[in-house]
Amino acid sequence: MPVMNIKKFSFTYAGAEIPSLHNISLPIQKNKITALIGPSGCGKSTLLRSMNRIHDLYPGNKYDGKIELLDLETEKFKNILEIKKENEFIELRQKVGMIFQKPTPFPMSIFDNVAYGLKIAGIKNKTELADRVEASLKGSALWKEVHDRLGKSAMGLSGGQQQRLCIARAVAVKPEVLLFDEPTSALDPISTGAIEELIVELKKDVSIAIVTHNMQQASRISDFTAFMYLGDLIEYDKTENIFLNPKEKKTEDYITGRFG
Amino acid sequence: MEKLFQKISFSSATLVLILLLGIFTTLFISAKPAIAEFGLEFITDKRWNQEVSLPQTKTPAQVATPAQNLEDDDAIADEDDMILDEDDEDDSMTKTVFGGLVPIVGTLLSTLIALVFAMPIAMGIAVFLAEIASKNISKYVGIAIELLAAIPSIIFGMWGLYYFAPIISDTFGGYQVSLLTAGLVLGVMILPFMAAVTRDSMNTTPDVLKESAYALGATKFEVVKDVIFPFSKVGIIGSIILALGRALGETMAVAFLIGAVYSLPETITDPTISIPVAMAVNFGEASGLGESSLFYLGLILFILSFAVISFAKFYFLKRTKV
Ligand SMILES: Nc1ncnc2c1ncn2[C@@H]1O[C@H](COP(=O)(O)OP(=O)(O)OP(=O)(O)O)[C@@H](O)[C@H]1O
Ligand SMILES: [Mg+2]
Repeated sequence: MPVMNIKKFSFTYAGAEIPSLHNISLPIQKNKITALIGPSGCGKSTLLRSMNRIHDLYPGNKYDGKIELLDLETEKFKNILEIKKENEFIELRQKVGMIFQKPTPFPMSIFDNVAYGLKIAGIKNKTELADRVEASLKGSALWKEVHDRLGKSAMGLSGGQQQRLCIARAVAVKPEVLLFDEPTSALDPISTGAIEELIVELKKDVSIAIVTHNMQQASRISDFTAFMYLGDLIEYDKTENIFLNPKEKKTEDYITGRFG
Repeated sequence: MEKLFQKISFSSATLVLILLLGIFTTLFISAKPAIAEFGLEFITDKRWNQEVSLPQTKTPAQVATPAQNLEDDDAIADEDDMILDEDDEDDSMTKTVFGGLVPIVGTLLSTLIALVFAMPIAMGIAVFLAEIASKNISKYVGIAIELLAAIPSIIFGMWGLYYFAPIISDTFGGYQVSLLTAGLVLGVMILPFMAAVTRDSMNTTPDVLKESAYALGATKFEVVKDVIFPFSKVGIIGSIILALGRALGETMAVAFLIGAVYSLPETITDPTISIPVAMAVNFGEASGLGESSLFYLGLILFILSFAVISFAKFYFLKRTKV
């Protein structure tokens, strides 16, 4: 069952002549991991950043088509491209979280980082905050390492720990979908392994879309894979089909390393 | 070649240090007679250029200062090394006393008023330019602000005197030239610098950091408050302190506006004097102990500004560690 449906979606950056994405149609399945792969500049980040409309921080971009998000309460799909008001944006971004390529801890303590999304969502109760911070840190496999230094600055953590902190921070607000944009490309292999395990663990609770340049990573962790090329979606299928049995010649060339 | 280059850069660096030390020493030597005469009590003495009659007896006694109400500053003359003023005309023994309290208070208060006035406005402008305004507006307003910072201070002084001062006295009562007028115009003068530096440090906040906060559902206000301000805190504090340094030393505009009278202000709409103004106004006719007292004031200003700037630099340096 899909939690998001991207339908005939096109995107043009402000001031650009031609669209960066054309006519993309793609589901994001519930409690599954969907990988977006493709050569640099093909529009993976652009697509991902449309899914929580973080693009809208910068004015003038143009959307076409639909991106529907399942409302878990009413079980109905809602087109997020119709959102205009700030409170609707806030609601969307609480439902669709995002983790970036480089870890982005806020200049505050470890605890406050994880509690941040909860605090701005209006949760004030100290014990509830503490409980949810603990649960998120445990869920992000970071609790053991940081439980005795929650009051210390998050800047003092290692890169891998910072990235897991950012995941804990995003998980704390209980999103429906999490978007990862190359979350491990700035990390060493051990931290990368930890994050991959964590992402697989997380799909129990959230649906995940992940952009990656690392083909092994896509095949290791994802259930579905979308291959993009020059702003087009070339092929979308179960991950094993894409990697073992691609239908398109371009997909095959890419995953066998003939270009990209 | 390498050696030569090293030598040149090393000697230029030492030159700066020597210059600094040299200025300090000159000030100190010129101020020495006043320091010897008045000691640290200079700082708490509000009398300037006042004839004080000397008690004939050897017992320490309260020195009479007629016309003025003595507060708790004990004006006990130091009898042992008392230097008699040469140009005493009458027979009774008198000496001239110089104290720095009024200009010191005037400097500190006018600077404080300037900061209290300029800080919130500068922060507002910076937030607007860095986060709210569109790129184009931000660019042109930014240029306007930098131009404002380039206006010579005498122009601010004239504008303040002819245009601003009447408005102030109409609004708040009191004198046209006063502590308040000087402080507010000082505030207007440091505002552009403060806003520009604050905007620049806010602009150093990485986009992804802001995006991460927005991606958690933060509003613009929350992003400014919780991410941008903490991230650029060090630079903002630095800009405030550097602006403070400028306000402390500003002469021309303040000379026009503060009234240049040696009396402690009872309200902020009273005229008074500041250290740089005292020096600018009095150096022409000063001699002897009076001149030396001006150097003493200069020394105090030097130390004050130096302390403020070092504090700012200390903060700027700490920033690299974050
Ligand atoms: N802010 C922008 N304004 C205009 N064009 C942009 C902007 N950002 C990206 N583009 C263009 O959009 C296209 C897609 O870029 P995008 O960043 O989505 O690629 P990507 O697949 O994520 O690449 P990478 O793997 O290198 O991250 C590129 O041609 C890029 O030049
Ligand atoms: Mg990208």
